[in-house]
Amino acid sequence: MLSISNLQASIGDKQILKGINLEVNSGEVHAIMGPNGSGKSTLASVLAGREDYEITNGSVRFDGKDLLEMAPEERAAQGIFLAFQYPVEIPGVSTTNFLRTALNEIRKYRGQDPLDAVQFLKLMKEKMKLVNIDQTLLSRALNEGFSGGEKKRNEIFQMAMLEPRLAILDETDSGLDIDALRIVAEGVNKLRSPERATIVVTHYQRLLDYIVPDFVHVLYKGRIVKSGPKELALELEEKGYDWIKAEVEETF
Amino acid sequence: MTPSNQSYNDLKNWLVTAFREAEERMNGESKTPLHQLRRQALQQFDRLGFPTVKHEEWKYSNVSGLTKEVFDFNADGTLEADALEELQIPNLEGNILYFVNGNYHPELSRIVSPASQLQIVSFAEAVKTDPELVNSYFARYADYQDNAFTALNTAFANDGVVVRVPDNITVDTPIILRYINDAREKNVAAQPRNLIVAGRNSEVIVAESFRTLGERASFVNTVTEVVLAQNARVQHYKVQNDSDKSYHIGTTQVNQADNSHFYSVTVTLNGSFVRNNLNIVLDGQHCEAFMYGLYLPDSRQHVDNHTLVDHAKPNSYSNELYKGILKDRSTGVFNGKIFVRPDAQKTNAYQSCKNVVLSPDASMNTKPQLEIFADDVKCSHGTTTGKLDEEALFYLRSRGIPKAEAQSLLMYAFAGDVLSQLRIGPIKDYLERIVVEKLSK
Repeated sequence: MLSISNLQASIGDKQILKGINLEVNSGEVHAIMGPNGSGKSTLASVLAGREDYEITNGSVRFDGKDLLEMAPEERAAQGIFLAFQYPVEIPGVSTTNFLRTALNEIRKYRGQDPLDAVQFLKLMKEKMKLVNIDQTLLSRALNEGFSGGEKKRNEIFQMAMLEPRLAILDETDSGLDIDALRIVAEGVNKLRSPERATIVVTHYQRLLDYIVPDFVHVLYKGRIVKSGPKELALELEEKGYDWIKAEVEETF
Repeated sequence: MTPSNQSYNDLKNWLVTAFREAEERMNGESKTPLHQLRRQALQQFDRLGFPTVKHEEWKYSNVSGLTKEVFDFNADGTLEADALEELQIPNLEGNILYFVNGNYHPELSRIVSPASQLQIVSFAEAVKTDPELVNSYFARYADYQDNAFTALNTAFANDGVVVRVPDNITVDTPIILRYINDAREKNVAAQPRNLIVAGRNSEVIVAESFRTLGERASFVNTVTEVVLAQNARVQHYKVQNDSDKSYHIGTTQVNQADNSHFYSVTVTLNGSFVRNNLNIVLDGQHCEAFMYGLYLPDSRQHVDNHTLVDHAKPNSYSNELYKGILKDRSTGVFNGKIFVRPDAQKTNAYQSCKNVVLSPDASMNTKPQLEIFADDVKCSHGTTTGKLDEEALFYLRSRGIPKAEAQSLLMYAFAGDVLSQLRIGPIKDYLERIVVEKLSK
């Protein structure tokens, strides 16, 4: 589904991604871990199409198509969803109107008829249950004055509404207490299916207790330096990142 | 004399001559107090002349384009059914008065409020039938000593509206004043003059709407004086949707007595050159004044909002929010003065001006001016000018909303803060639609 090959990206003069290689197939959950500043969030942002980064080398193909050529909205329409580490507050735009616009734009791109108000509300009610989000929150302006947990829950709610094929969760666990974490993780798990894939970007293993990955990759200094099964996450939790750093310094 | 000043003086001299010629044709009328006042205003206009950019209050607003045009200041004419139809605001109920090239047209207008609630006559009519009322209010508030355009209007204005709301009356139907300049055949100028007197404990909503028909140049120089007695509540809206060849210069002068409440919304949708002065004197205790503004210039349009709140007495409150979205090569000016007089202790005064500049060729000049002479006050001001929030734009796009739509959505949300202040539903709906159209252009 997603094929990243020798991806290099920089911001200003600073190279952040130094040659990422990653294959993600339908039905898989990949965790990307690593110490702060290793490039995890950059990778997530580059995949979603954030324009602050310059791609200096490499390619990303999504279902065989060149992802890097696409505008962020095209990527969304192709089925990519980024759950933001810091969801943006947008005063004056109601969550409901925003989501209806987004959903219908994506449907239009795919040649589907737009949902009318009744159909949309029905879908919304259904998905609200999935992430246990309150109606009053959705009638407010997008993320405005939401608590950290509410913002993250809203991200997962949007994901449920837009039904992406590839979901990228960027530090979704940051700032969440254990109850909020469980609710968010349950929402993600309910959306897991053989047709979809998920990339979970996280610093801590904690989230992976709830969203169990098929593969764990360690990102360090802009490269994936180690990949392994879900047990690798536990090992990292136990031993920290220093042993990996040491291994890397030896190799390079 | 520099060549650029030539046109200023030509137009001024032409106007002064026109006044004197008209004066000679008068009979006893020239002896009336009203005419004496007009003559003083004309002399003041003659002394002041049209302001150049060397004038501090006109530093960023250059009226040379205006002075180079030749206008018909006495154009008559009415609107045929087609033109009238095109101007309709759907579902709008109210006392709707039409003015064509500045002249009141009763046959196009309808007044629905009973006379017990609302006394409303054209200014031209009031001058004939109620000179005492006119004399006791006319030009008592709007200063013509320092403002050439107000002086010009005071000298020449011959129509507009005089509204009087009796004590303890709530006018339940809004007053809508529609000023239409018909520039389809020739360049036209109009100088409307309005007087709104709200009695004790009365309540009224007045909306002024300005439109231009046709492609010729149009000039409106308007003055509205609003006088609020104790406990009066007045909402005043000004909506400008003029042509790309129109000049609008307007002053709204407000005087508030104790416990009165004034609420103002100014929306500038279109117009080549716009200068709005909103001056509020809080001449009483426990007054409240709210000022909202929205301006959306594009192409080479220029919109200048000058506001002044004069806290003359203690314990009053003023709050101001102006917002602008500037495109293309447009320019904007916001100048917000707050005076707090030595007596005006316990004043609360807030001011904010926020702008989104969408093009590197557009520019916005903001100048908050606070002059505080009392020591126990709360005042704040802030201005921001910047691009659309890139992070918000990316967020919306990452959810599948195309760039142009995402931009419109953000701009509309930005403007919505001000539009939501309009309390006449049909006007709000109508403006929302125009704003959406203009922003998605």
